[in-house]
Amino acid sequence: MTDNKKIGFFQSGTPWVWLNAGAVSISMIMVIGLLVLIAVRGLGHFWPKAIWQIEYAENGGITKLIGERAKTESVSARQLREAGVKHNFEEEFVERTLLKIGNRDVYGFDFRLTLSPLENSASLPQDLIVLERTEWGNFYGELVAIEENGVSVQTSMEDLWDELSPRVKRVDELRDRISKIEKSEIGAINFKMEKLRLQTRAMELAGRDEADEKAGMATKKAALDEDYEALKSRLDVLYAEIRRDAVTLHVMTGEEVSINLSKVVKATRPNAMSTLTKVGHYFGNLIDFVSDDPREANTEGGIFPAIFGTVMMVLLMSIIVTPFGVIAAIYLREYAKQGFVTRLVRISVNNLAGVPSIVYGVFGLGFFVYVLGGNIDQLFYPEALPSPTFGSGGLMWASLTLALLTVPVVIVATEEGLARIPRSVREGSLALGATKAETLWRIVIPMASPAMMTGLILAVARAAGEVAPLMLVGAVKLAPSLPLDMNAPFLHLERKFMHLGFHIYDVGFQSPNVEAARPLVYATALILVAVIILLNLTAIYIRNHLREKYRTLEQ
Amino acid sequence: MATPNISSDLFQNQPSRSIDQEDICITCEDFSLSYGTKQALFDINLKIPTNRATAFIGPSGCGKSTLLRCMNRMNDLIDGINISGQMKLHGQDINTRDVNVTELRQQVGMVFQKPNPFPKTIFENVAYGLRLQGITNRTEIEDRVEWSLVNSALWGEVGDRLQDNAFSLSGGQQQRLVIARAIAVRPQVLLLDEPASALDPISTLKIEELIAELKSQYTVVIVTHNMQQAARVSDYTAFLYLGKLIEFGPTNVLFTAPGERQTEDYITGRYG
Ligand SMILES: Nc1ncnc2c1ncn2[C@@H]1O[C@H](COP(=O)(O)OP(=O)(O)O)[C@@H](O)[C@H]1O
Ligand SMILES: [Mg+2]
Repeated sequence: MTDNKKIGFFQSGTPWVWLNAGAVSISMIMVIGLLVLIAVRGLGHFWPKAIWQIEYAENGGITKLIGERAKTESVSARQLREAGVKHNFEEEFVERTLLKIGNRDVYGFDFRLTLSPLENSASLPQDLIVLERTEWGNFYGELVAIEENGVSVQTSMEDLWDELSPRVKRVDELRDRISKIEKSEIGAINFKMEKLRLQTRAMELAGRDEADEKAGMATKKAALDEDYEALKSRLDVLYAEIRRDAVTLHVMTGEEVSINLSKVVKATRPNAMSTLTKVGHYFGNLIDFVSDDPREANTEGGIFPAIFGTVMMVLLMSIIVTPFGVIAAIYLREYAKQGFVTRLVRISVNNLAGVPSIVYGVFGLGFFVYVLGGNIDQLFYPEALPSPTFGSGGLMWASLTLALLTVPVVIVATEEGLARIPRSVREGSLALGATKAETLWRIVIPMASPAMMTGLILAVARAAGEVAPLMLVGAVKLAPSLPLDMNAPFLHLERKFMHLGFHIYDVGFQSPNVEAARPLVYATALILVAVIILLNLTAIYIRNHLREKYRTLEQ
Repeated sequence: MATPNISSDLFQNQPSRSIDQEDICITCEDFSLSYGTKQALFDINLKIPTNRATAFIGPSGCGKSTLLRCMNRMNDLIDGINISGQMKLHGQDINTRDVNVTELRQQVGMVFQKPNPFPKTIFENVAYGLRLQGITNRTEIEDRVEWSLVNSALWGEVGDRLQDNAFSLSGGQQQRLVIARAIAVRPQVLLLDEPASALDPISTLKIEELIAELKSQYTVVIVTHNMQQAARVSDYTAFLYLGKLIEFGPTNVLFTAPGERQTEDYITGRYG
C-alpha cells in the first residue's frame, strides 16, 4: 500500500509541478528584483535631498561641511586603521558616508568621505540652498546677496529667497528663448547656408559657370546673412539680459562666491520644503529628465535626444524588417520547393539569430557605411566630399544593421504563422477560383498577421536593447541635432543619433564624474526598459486586435 | 432483393431512369491516378448527368475524394501526382494546358467535409468569390449575396446579421454558408465531399433538403459514407472499391437490384 502511494506520488507528476512552479517563481523574482532595483535607484535620484551641515573633526580642528549624503555604508574600524585613519574608534563598525559637497569649481572635487564618529554635530539649516548649474554641477551654500547689474538688491535677509525665485524663473524663460533662436532659427539658416554652399560646389564640379545662377545664389546668401545678423543682434540683447543678475553665496569653507544667474538652471531650498512641495519638485525633476537635453558631458540634464533616437531607430527598423522578413518567409513557406536548399536556407536563417551582435556591427560598418554609404556619397553627394553624408554612421545604417540582426526572428515567426493556417481555408479559397496569390493576399496573410506581429514584437525587444553594433554604425555620445526636424526633408536618415543603451554605457563608464552620474545610469536604464515595454505593449495591442479580427475555430 | 438497411419504398416516387437519356456533364474516360508510386484510381469510366445528384459511395480510402477532387483539379496542389486518361467537362478535357484552372473552379464549385468559412463577416464570405471575379458594384454584390443565402436556406437565419463574423454561426449554418459561398459564383457543378459528416442530425437533414433543392439548377456530385443519405438525395450512385468503379447506375436500381456481388455486400453492410 505504501509502495503504491510512493509510486503514485511520482507518477502523479506532483514533483514536476513543484519543480516547474519553482523555476517560474525564481524567474519572476529575478525580473521583479531587477526592475525594483533599477526603479528605486533611478527614481530616488529625483527626490529633493536634504542638505546637511556637519561639524567635522579633522586634522586636529573642526571643519564645516555642507552637502548631500549620497551613500552610507558600514565599514570595520580595523579596515579603516589599516587604511591609515589615525583615530581610536570605540565601535567595531563605523558608518562611512559619501558626502556630495558640490561646488566643484571652488573645491576641485565634489565628493568626500566622512566617518560618523568624527561628526561632532549634524543639522539641517533651513536656509541652505542648492543651485543646479549649466556647468560644474550643483552648488551648495547660504544666500548672502543678490546683485542686479552689479548693484546689490536691498532687501532683508529673510526676503532674499523670495527675491531669488522669480529671477531664476526669468533666466529660465530667457534661456528658452535663446535656445529656440539658436536651435531652430539659426539652425534653419545654417541648414540653408550649407545647402547653398553645396549647390555652389556642385556647380563648380559640373563645370557650369552661369552668371545669373551665381548671382541668384549670391542674393540668397546675402539675404541669409542679413537674417543671421538680425538674429544675432536679437541674441546679443537676450544674452545681455540673461547676464543681468548674480547671486553671492557663502560656502562651507567660509568664502563668498558670486555666481551669475545665467549659469543657474534651478534654485531650491530642500530643507525648507514640505513633503508636498518635495513631491511637486520630484515630478518636475522627472519631467525635466525625460524632456531636456543633456548637459555637462551627459552627467546632468535630461535624456530626451536619447529617447527620441531610440524610438526613431526602432520604428525605422520595424519598417524595414517587416516587409523583408514577411516576404522572405512567404517565399520560403509558400513558393519555394521544399527540399535540401530550403532546409539549408532555414538553417542559415536560424543560425543568423545566434551570431553575436557586434559582428553585425562590423558588417554594418564595412558594408553599409563604407561600401553602400561611400558609393551613395560618390554618386549623389559629390559636392559635400570629402566630408561624408551617408559615408559615416547614421540613423539609416543603424536601423538597417538592426533590421538584419532581427530579420531571422520575423522570418521564423511568420513561417510558423503561415504553417498554422489550416489547409482547408486555403482550399476553400482556391475552390472559389482564387489564384494562389489571391489566396495568399486575401486570406492567408491576414490570418497570419498576428504571428507576424509576434515576430515584430520579438524583433523590437531585441533591437531596442542592442548597443554594441550601434556604436559602430551611428550612435554617438552627443548628437548635435535630432534626426527629425523642421528643415526639409524633415527626416534626416544620414544623421547620427543618441541611443539610451549607448547613453547608459557612456554616462556610467565614460563620464568624467562617475559618482555624480551613477543615479543617472539607473534612471536611464529604467527609461530604456519603459520605452521597450511601451513599444512592445503597442505591438501587443495591435496583435490582439488582429487576433480578434482573424479568430478562427482552431485557435 | 431488398436490403435490410434501405427499404425499397424510399424509391417509389422516383422515376425510372437511364443514363442514356440524360444530358452528360462530366465524363471520365479510363481515368487513373497515382500518388507517387501508390495508385489510387484505376481506369474509371463514368458519366455524370447534368442537373442531377450523383452520389459516390464506398468504404473509406477507396478513392471517392480523390476522384471528386479531380473534377475541379484540386489535386493540382499535391506534389507527385500522376494522372492518365481523360476527365471531360461538357466534352472538353480539363487537364490540358490551355484550360484556365481558376475559370474551371468557378464553374465547378466545391464544398468540403469540415465547414471552412473565412475569418470574415458572413457577407464578405459570400461576396468573396464575386470580388475575385472583379465585381465591384455594391448593389450587384448585395443582390447576389442575398440570392445565394436565400438559395442555401440560410437567409432566414442570418439575413439580419450579415456583418457578424462567420465563426459566430453554428456548424450546420457554417456549412450552408459555405454552400452559399460556392453557389454565389454561379457554378454549373457543385462537388460536395461528405458535406454533412461533421454535423448533427438536424443540420444534416437541412443540408439534405438543400441538396434536393439545388439539384434542379446544378449538377451535384456528393461523396458520402452514409448509404441512407445517398439513397435519399441522389438520382445516380457510383460504388467505388479499392480505387475501382465497381458499379454505376440509377440509385433505386443500385440499391434495390445491385448488379455486382461487391456492391450488394457493401450495401447490406457486410463490409466497409
Ligand atoms: N495526398 C495524398 N498522398 C498520398 N496518398 C493519398 C493522398 N490522399 C489520399 N491518398 C490515398 O489515396 C487513397 C484514396 O483516398 P481518398 O480519396 O481520400 O479516399 P476516400 O475519400 O474514399 O476515403 C487512400 O488510400 C489514401 O491513403
Ligand atoms: Mg474522403
